[in-house]
Parts: sequence; C-alpha cells; structure tokens
Amino acid sequence: MSSALKIELGRRYRFSASHRLHSAHLTEQENCQVFGKCNNPYGHGHNYVVEVTVSGNVDPATGMIANLADLDSFVERQILDDFDLKSLNEDVPAFRDTVPTTENLCIEIFQRLKSFPGAKLERIRIEETGKNSFEYAGDISEGNHQ
Amino acid sequence: MILLTRKIEFSASHFYNNPSLSPEENHRIFGKCNNPHGHGHNYTLEVTVEGEPNPVTGMVLDLKKLKEILECEVMQRMDHRHLNYEVPELAGQIPTCENISRVIWQLLEPKITQGRLHRVRLYESPDLFADCYRNGASAAGKS
Repeated sequence: MSSALKIELGRRYRFSASHRLHSAHLTEQENCQVFGKCNNPYGHGHNYVVEVTVSGNVDPATGMIANLADLDSFVERQILDDFDLKSLNEDVPAFRDTVPTTENLCIEIFQRLKSFPGAKLERIRIEETGKNSFEYAGDISEGNHQ
Repeated sequence: MILLTRKIEFSASHFYNNPSLSPEENHRIFGKCNNPHGHGHNYTLEVTVEGEPNPVTGMVLDLKKLKEILECEVMQRMDHRHLNYEVPELAGQIPTCENISRVIWQLLEPKITQGRLHRVRLYESPDLFADCYRNGASAAGKS
C-alpha cells in the first residue's frame, strides 16, 4: 500500500449500564452542586455507543487492517462482558474510587483495549447519549501521539 | 483552516475471496462475506476537504463542483455496481472498506483543486467504517 496514506478502521459497539456520579472527596452538598441529577443515590443508566478506531497496514491477502471477528471477540471479552447491563460503580473495579464519568470511561476502555494484538489502537470515542460524546487517544507517555 | 464535509450514499454488491487461498481458508478468514453469490450494502461516503475560505466567495470550494466530482468519480463507478467485477480500480484487491476508501481517495485527490482532500470516510454500515488520510495528518485536522 502507498505509505503516503494512512487507513484507519472504525467499529461501533453498544452497551447499557448504570452509574452514579459521586466523589468521596466532596461533601454531600458539593456532590449535589457539582453533579446535579447525576448524583441521585439510586443511579441512572445510559445506552453507551463505543467507537473503537484502529490503524495498521492493510494486509494485501485480506484487504483488512484487522480481522473484524478478532476485534469483535476482543471487545466482547475486554469490555462488553464486564460493562453491559452492569453498574459501573459497583461492578467495575476501576470505578470504585474514580467517578464513572464518560471521560474516565474513555480512559478505562482505552487501557483495556490498547493491547489488541491485531492493530494499533488509535482512539476511543464514546457517545453517552445522542447529544454527548467524548474522545480519548491515549497519553503522550503511551507513545500514541505523532 | 476549515474542514468541509459532503456526504453521499451509494449501493453496491461485493464478496470477499482471495483466489490464492484455499476455499477452507477463505471461509475461515472471511466467513459469511465469502459467499460467492455476493451480498450488498448501502454505503455512506463522507468526503472532507480542508482549506481557507476564498475572501471573495467565502467558500473553501464550490459545493456544486464537489457534488459533480463525487457524481462522476464515485457514483457513476460504484452505485448499483458489483465491486468485484465492475470497478477496474479495485481489480485484484479484496473490496473491503479499507481498500474501497483508499481507491476513492486516489480517485478524488487529483480532482479536488480548490482546497485539499483531507479525509475519506466510508461507512459499510452504521457500525463499521474506514478512514483514509494523508499520512501525518491528524483526525482533527490540526497538522
């Protein structure tokens, strides 16, 4: 393939989960001020859309950067099995002490997917609702920036 | 710099098969996409052009001109076509999103003379797409 061009593959996945935005470092009143309705102690849920983008050489034998079945099963194991129909606060260890905002969710999902063996993980983009989306492409220390 | 994007849709059929592999290998790698009778998609193509607005017209490029280029280079070649048999630019390549997006880049890049082609994004379905960029360009167009 021409090295003058860069090809990326994007794939979208969906999961539904509940969360509550609450920080142990803030008072009850401060939590209520900062997080508003999202601080409801009973939690609430979203249908999340996770867009995973990978890059790499297009294999001339297959026309693919990564085999989709491999990517799908990796995301299934690393993300969907642990997140779908779960409480992010209660069921995902990373959010025991970290507020499960979609910003932090992007970082957690990036960390879980960056070891995908078939291609380089470029970025994670998450739609919390149809109106909000968040992107994370790794830290400079992870060597993911050009 | 301004990024301007135009979207078009086309419908085409294809299947995945590499004649240098055995039927068993083709089936293992490509799964249902290996069906020799083919199958089809409604593709959505987003073409993004970068540039500075012309001080007189306020435009990076005339959208009518871009529409004509897309009609001539993409729609006439690919809409209601079989990508394996009817698009010479894809001959010898598996017509994946990755390869089709690169071919579309190569077709459009020399034709866009106002502004500069920034990104080709091709959706095969709402949940699967490929992006083609100039190497070194960032997704957000900051480079």
